[in-house]
Parts: sequence; C-alpha cells; structure tokens
Amino acid sequence: MSAAAHSVVEPSSTSKRIAGTLIILYALISMIPLFWIVATSFKTPPDSIAYPPKILFTPSIEGYCNLFTTRTRQTPEYINALPPAESFCDETVRKRNMVIAGPSNFLPRFLNSVIIAFGSTFCAVFLGTLAAYGFSRFRVPLADDLLFFILSTRFMPPIAVAIPIYLMYREVGLSDTALGMILLYTAVNVSLAVWLLKGFIDEIPREYEEAAMIDGYTRLQAFRKVVLPQATTGIAATAIFCLIFAWNEYAFASLLTSGTAQTAPPFIPTIIGEGGQDWPAVAAGTTVFLVPILVFTVLLRKQLLRGITFGAVRK
Amino acid sequence: MADVSLRNVSKAFGDTQAIDDLNVTIKDGEFVVLLGPTGAGKTTTLRLIAGLERPDNGSILIGGRDVTKLEPAMRDVAFVFQQYSLYPHLTVYENLAFPLRSPSRNFTEDQIKARVAEIAKLVRIDHKLENKSTKLSGGEMQRVAIGRALVRKPSIYLMDEPLSSLDAKLRGDLRLELKRIQSELFSTLLYVTHDQIEAMTMADRIGILAEGRLVQIGTPREIYTQPANLHVAARLGQPAINILPAGLLPADAAPAGTKTIGARTEHLTIEKATNGHADGTVDWVEHLGDQNHLHVTVKDRKLVTLAEPDTAFAKGDTVTIRFNEPLYFDGAGNRIAG
Repeated sequence: MSAAAHSVVEPSSTSKRIAGTLIILYALISMIPLFWIVATSFKTPPDSIAYPPKILFTPSIEGYCNLFTTRTRQTPEYINALPPAESFCDETVRKRNMVIAGPSNFLPRFLNSVIIAFGSTFCAVFLGTLAAYGFSRFRVPLADDLLFFILSTRFMPPIAVAIPIYLMYREVGLSDTALGMILLYTAVNVSLAVWLLKGFIDEIPREYEEAAMIDGYTRLQAFRKVVLPQATTGIAATAIFCLIFAWNEYAFASLLTSGTAQTAPPFIPTIIGEGGQDWPAVAAGTTVFLVPILVFTVLLRKQLLRGITFGAVRK
Repeated sequence: MADVSLRNVSKAFGDTQAIDDLNVTIKDGEFVVLLGPTGAGKTTTLRLIAGLERPDNGSILIGGRDVTKLEPAMRDVAFVFQQYSLYPHLTVYENLAFPLRSPSRNFTEDQIKARVAEIAKLVRIDHKLENKSTKLSGGEMQRVAIGRALVRKPSIYLMDEPLSSLDAKLRGDLRLELKRIQSELFSTLLYVTHDQIEAMTMADRIGILAEGRLVQIGTPREIYTQPANLHVAARLGQPAINILPAGLLPADAAPAGTKTIGARTEHLTIEKATNGHADGTVDWVEHLGDQNHLHVTVKDRKLVTLAEPDTAFAKGDTVTIRFNEPLYFDGAGNRIAG
C-alpha cells in the first residue's frame, strides 16, 4: 500500500492497539470510584472502614437494609423475647442489637427525584422543541438577540442566583415543593434545550412541512406528523442532557428542599448520621440513585452520542 | 379541476424582484409549462399559487375563488417538489396515503387503500409499497412524489422540475407517462422546467419567463415559429438558433429596421460553392449518429445547423448560404412580424 494512493493514511494496527489500550485504561481508572461505591454498598459496616481497605470481602446487603429502614437500639433481652425474625434484614439488624422501626425516607426522596427530574425534563424539552421550531422556521423579530439572551442564562453558574431564588420561593410558597423544583430545573434546562433542538430542527428541510401543508394539514398538524418524527433523535439527546442535570443537581436541591420535596442528592449524605458512620448505607443509596440514569443512558446511548458529536458531523 | 389565474402578481425577496407584475391564466384541463432559466421566477410562481409564499401585490384565483390569503391546505392544490420531499419516516404506502389522511378529508381506510393501489399502479410503484421511502432509487422516489400528488384530485397540479434529477432515459419515459396521465385525467397542470424538450412535448401552452416577467405565452408551435423576441427564440430549438447581425449574409426580404436575423436549421439553405462565390467555410462536422451538426464559419461568425446523417459536407468545404424566411429582430431584440 503506497502512501501516494491514499491521501488519508490508515492508522496502523499498532497505533490502533495503543489507542485502544489507553482508552480501556482510562475507562478503568474512571470506573474505580464507581466500583468502590458499589463494592462498599455490599460490605458490612466494619468491612467498609477496615484498614487496609478490603478488596475481597463477604458480600452483605446490610447496607441496603439500613438504607430502606429506620432502626432503634434495644437490649439483647428485648430482642431475644421477640418472635423469630421474618426477613433477612430483620435478622441482620438484630445481630447489631437493633430492631426495624419502620421504612426510611429514602424511597419517598427517591420518588421526589424521579418526579422532579422527569417532570422538569419533559417541560424543558416540550418548551424547547416549540421554541426551537419557532426560531428555526419563522421570522422572529430580533431572533438572534433573543437566542443570545436565552444562551446568556447559561453564562453564570445557576447557583449564583441561589439567594434571590430562595427568597422569591419563600415569598410565593414554592419552597420545598416539587412544582418549585420542576419550574427551577426547567428554567435552567430550557436554554440548553432550545439551542440543541434548534440545530436538529434546522437540519430538517422545510419542504417536508410545505408538502404536508399542501397535502391538507395545518402547520401544527404538519409539525406533529412530519417534523416531530424526524426530530426524535434530537429530542432524545436533549432529554438525556436535561435529565442528567436535573437528576444530579445538588446545590439548589439542598437549599430549597428540606422536607416533603427533598430529592435524593441532598438526602443521601444525611443517611450517614443515622446510627454511626454507616458507609454501606450511603453507598447503597448512591448505587440505587445511579441505576435510573444508567438505564436511561444505555437505552438512548446512540442518541446521546449523536447529541455530543452534534455540530461536528455535517452531511 | 378548475382554472387558475394570477392577476398583477408581484413578489420580491429583499432587493430581488422575483416576480414582476405577472398575469397568466391556466385554463381548466390545460397543461401549461413555464420555461425559463434559473432565477426567472418559475418556482416562485408555483409557490405563490400553492400558498407557500404570499404575493406583495396582486391576486390569485383558483376556480374563480380568490385564494390570495388562504393557507396552503385550504387551496386544494397538489405540489411535486424538485427534490421529491418524500416523508422519510414513512413507507411508500404511507407517503401516498398521507394526503388522504389529512384531517380535512374524510376517507375510510378502505377508500384510502383502494385509491393508493390505483395510483401506485399508475406510477408503477405498486411493487414497493412497503419500502421505506428513503430506500428507493431516484426514479422510484420521483414516481412516488408524482403519485403523492396524483392521489388527490385537486384544482391544479403544480410540478417543479419533477424530472430534472433523473437520467435521460427515465426522464423520457416519465415525460410520456405524465402527459398520458394528464390527458387521461383531464387535469389542470402547471409545470416548471428549464428543459425545452419537456416543454415542447408536454405543453398545451408554453409560458416563457424571464426576470420575473412573462415574456410570451402560446402553443409550442407559436412559441417556436413566432417568438416575440430574441430571448424566446433562443430558448427553443436544438441546435440553438443562430443569431446573426443583419448584413452578414444577403437577406433581400429583410423588413426595414432589421438589426438581427435569427436563423434555425430550417431557415438556412446550405450548398457547396461551385462558381467561385462562397459565404463561409465548413469548420467541423459533428457526427451524432442519427444526424450531424454542421459548424460553419461566416467571416468571424460561427453558425451551427443540422445536416443529414449522410451529408456530403466535409471539413474545409466552402459553401453558399441562403436564408429561407428567417426571423427578423429589431434593435431592441423584438421580432418584426413578416
């Protein structure tokens, strides 16, 4: 194979192999904390704080028991007088001289996260799609200025406006409400959604809608029947980005939610306070918290990739 | 079907005057072809009728009804786009059924099925109904695009260079097909092209557009034999008409004011020079198989004409040239009627 025949030189198999090795190495290093969290969640509390750290250990689901329950300390006599333990968790906590008093707050907090993250993602994508379509297709007065203004809301870290938002929310009664958090995350995400989706919709030729409108559809019907189906990739990519932000958001959540509307991120650190340094329970909370986003991302990984490389690859 | 009129229609895009005071009527059941170079306003004319653009001035009537301000969906027109514009997420069947599924029409699923089957057969795509519309060849896509228009029975079919991206053979086939379909359905059709053969073979009337204005409209024969001016004359005929300054060759019959003479093949009698008098020299004989193009130099002018396949002319021959009722044009380029 002469170099002259190929203007673009194929990378040699050696360099490919080196690149591959580096990528795998990087992936492994990145995954160490993740592995550590998952491993810790299956350790017993003594194992979790053992020094030197235990790589090999007998797995236990005590962390998960502790995550989902609240427990009270009792005397051994009291515990011995109880009827036999009904579940594995029962048995495990009794060994530590405790009984299960009831479910913990983790599940409701987790559900708050689901409602707020998915709710705000839906709102941001819904509004973003309509706005992006408008900017893409209509002659909007001052369109460029408006788009810049929308983008400019991303210029500062959202937490910079935490105090005013905190005061406003207290004033209008949105503090510690799911609605308040959905509104907040939607507001933060909608700018990203508008910009991403505008790019995707710009790529869909207008002629499809024009054809549909001549074929007897109104603009809204043409949008639904012709534009939306073709924008699904972009919508999915945008949805993942919005969801990841809303799901992981910590600062606003810890500031604005403390009770009924509290999401999982500010809740998980509080687990540690309930009965000593319960690292396995914290790790279990984190692991459970990771699952939905992991599933969602794996399901939509193709669209996510397209979203990341968006703009770099042009037809 | 209905007649369609444009009255004093103008449309500008920024500083560009795309359509300038256009008046034209397409009669019920008529096949009108708009012919013109790129940028002449052909596509804009179609888009104005379809309602995809609003005119700055003037009005558009379909079947006597003023539709100037109506949405495209309310105008009852069908459009075939140059770039097909098949819905990429739908199958061929769904593409063809799409106009019938419009919420403004009430067809049962059986009616849609029957109609799509009928049209698919007509445009010969019935064997690929379940294919994704993106998995078709160019010719197939074009036939689906035409089928999607034909599936309805609108007031007028608007077609924007529907055959331009096809290869020559397919273009020839579809040209005949389209003309056949149009005369069978007796449909009103406005067709835009820059291909003079399409215009000559299909049109009941040809409209010549230039710079947003209708220069001339008439039957293909009229446009060919009685062009209004040099521009129109140059648009039709293969090889293109020879534009010669008056006086280059003897033209006794030329009316007063003739500045330019337009001569097509049939306007020229060329013979080998015999008695020492010659008007020009054969430059080159272009053999096309079924015919020959004869390139002749007259002083510093070149002239192209047709010759028989078995022509006796050869390169370097000296020839005499006589006009045979050519076209005469005045200083402004307008034809002087003889």
